[in-house]
Amino acid sequence: MKSRLALRAVALGYLGFLILLPVGGVFWITFRDGFMPFWESITTPEALNAFYLTVFAAVVAVVANTVFGVAAAIMLVRRRFPGKQLLSALIDLPLAVSPVVVGLALILVYGTYGWFGGWLAEQGILIIFSFPGIILATVFVSLPFVVREVVPVLREVGTEQEQAASTLGASSWQTFWRVTLPSIRPGVTYGIVLTTAKALGEFGAVSVVSGRIIGRTETLTLHVEDRFQAFDLAGAYAASVVLAVLALGTLFAMNLLKPKEEKA
Amino acid sequence: MSTARSSSRSPGRSGLGGIFGGEALQRGTVLMYLSLIVLIPLAAVVWTSGEEGWSGFWAAITAPEGMAALRLTFGAAFVVTAINAVAGTLIAWVLVRDSFWGQGIFNSVIDLPFALPTIVAGLTLLALYGPGSPVGIDIAYAPVAVVVALLFVSLPFVVRAVQPVLEELDTEMEEAAASLGASRFTIFRRIILPTLMPAILGGSGLTFARSLGEFGAVVLVTGNIAFETQVASVYIFGQIEGGDIPAASAVSVVLLAFSLLALIGLNVVQGRWTRHEE
Repeated sequence: MKSRLALRAVALGYLGFLILLPVGGVFWITFRDGFMPFWESITTPEALNAFYLTVFAAVVAVVANTVFGVAAAIMLVRRRFPGKQLLSALIDLPLAVSPVVVGLALILVYGTYGWFGGWLAEQGILIIFSFPGIILATVFVSLPFVVREVVPVLREVGTEQEQAASTLGASSWQTFWRVTLPSIRPGVTYGIVLTTAKALGEFGAVSVVSGRIIGRTETLTLHVEDRFQAFDLAGAYAASVVLAVLALGTLFAMNLLKPKEEKA
Repeated sequence: MSTARSSSRSPGRSGLGGIFGGEALQRGTVLMYLSLIVLIPLAAVVWTSGEEGWSGFWAAITAPEGMAALRLTFGAAFVVTAINAVAGTLIAWVLVRDSFWGQGIFNSVIDLPFALPTIVAGLTLLALYGPGSPVGIDIAYAPVAVVVALLFVSLPFVVRAVQPVLEELDTEMEEAAASLGASRFTIFRRIILPTLMPAILGGSGLTFARSLGEFGAVVLVTGNIAFETQVASVYIFGQIEGGDIPAASAVSVVLLAFSLLALIGLNVVQGRWTRHEE
């Protein structure tokens, strides 16, 4: 009994000092002087712009990666082709890459002196140090989540119902919308939650490709760092609290939606 | 069951043949998307790192500042992986075998580092353990800050790997061992630990890979002091801003290679374990 209490104390203490106290501390510092300073900091034009840009990039990343994720998952589970294992491994690749390396990689291809960047610039399309670069970086880092969540669900539900639908004369799209999609919806939803969390919070990759034009190519995470470097700690903490609240919301959604087999 | 499944997987039988513009178009679109966003850019990093030949690559990663950054990164990653293996197993144990009020919240908090943006994680650590710390602990701008920041972001990996295995584990064997007179420590070492080992190693591989590349959580708390607190990702960032792209690419390739190695090693371990279980 004693050792059980000791273990509990060590585990809770570790978690408390590493996670809870620091996160709680930021909330405390932010609201120490009441709600108004916080409100003023997050309603500056720069902060609002950063907020909209972050949300927009996240929406694009979620839509693009959900369509890609479902298509790729169907390919990986329902089709047979050489190199399937390799494709599955390559889709997981963004999880193993440092965010800074992601940024560098995008610059090398889409920057003005990059492989495609020069040609794109001639067409008047600027990607790096501009809005599309931020979106590309966000899509890159959040790419694997929908695929990873949908693949096991798709494997689990099997093909009997799809075959039945197709035997009864449903077209492929009808089968997809009426049979496949409803059955994989939990996996898709959970994947979307993870994608959203990653997209809202990405810092390193976006930091490299954004060029940080304040009020134009600054996301919320970049705004936090910018305020910190400008010694505007109140501004940095306020923006952090907004991001932390979004994270807590995500966490709540995660617990609510976690697929049953993972809940254990 | 297995025969029904394998035959039903053959192309065109699932009833989804025509969606996303048919199979060939679907495959082409998926591959193109992945190539344009992930594969070609990463290939460009590898290509650029080799542009000045092997000697250029070697010179870039052995440049004193880069070498110091790599050494700190790998050192910190090893320390963090070791601490995480022990602390993660312990936390998973408390979550599964213990029961107390507020355990549900305790369990949800584990996922917080996944959801919290890394720059916010860094700022929160700096607020509590930086200059002017309300608790009187100031570790900012020292190598130990790197370790603490990495422990924060990698907390869930080992816990979430070990937890389900521990939940499945029957207590019968432990009870049998205890009735035969084995001490608690012996039971843990001889019965529980061997079963948990693959999961611990799997979680540790993820921790190591993540630690090598982490940027956001580290950048604020370390203060970016060359030769002292500068990790590889921050060094790469500096080289990109300074325009030394070949050097940035060379160090990037080192990080990329070792992250992949850690993740592939993890797959091998887990694959072997699954086969063993069957």
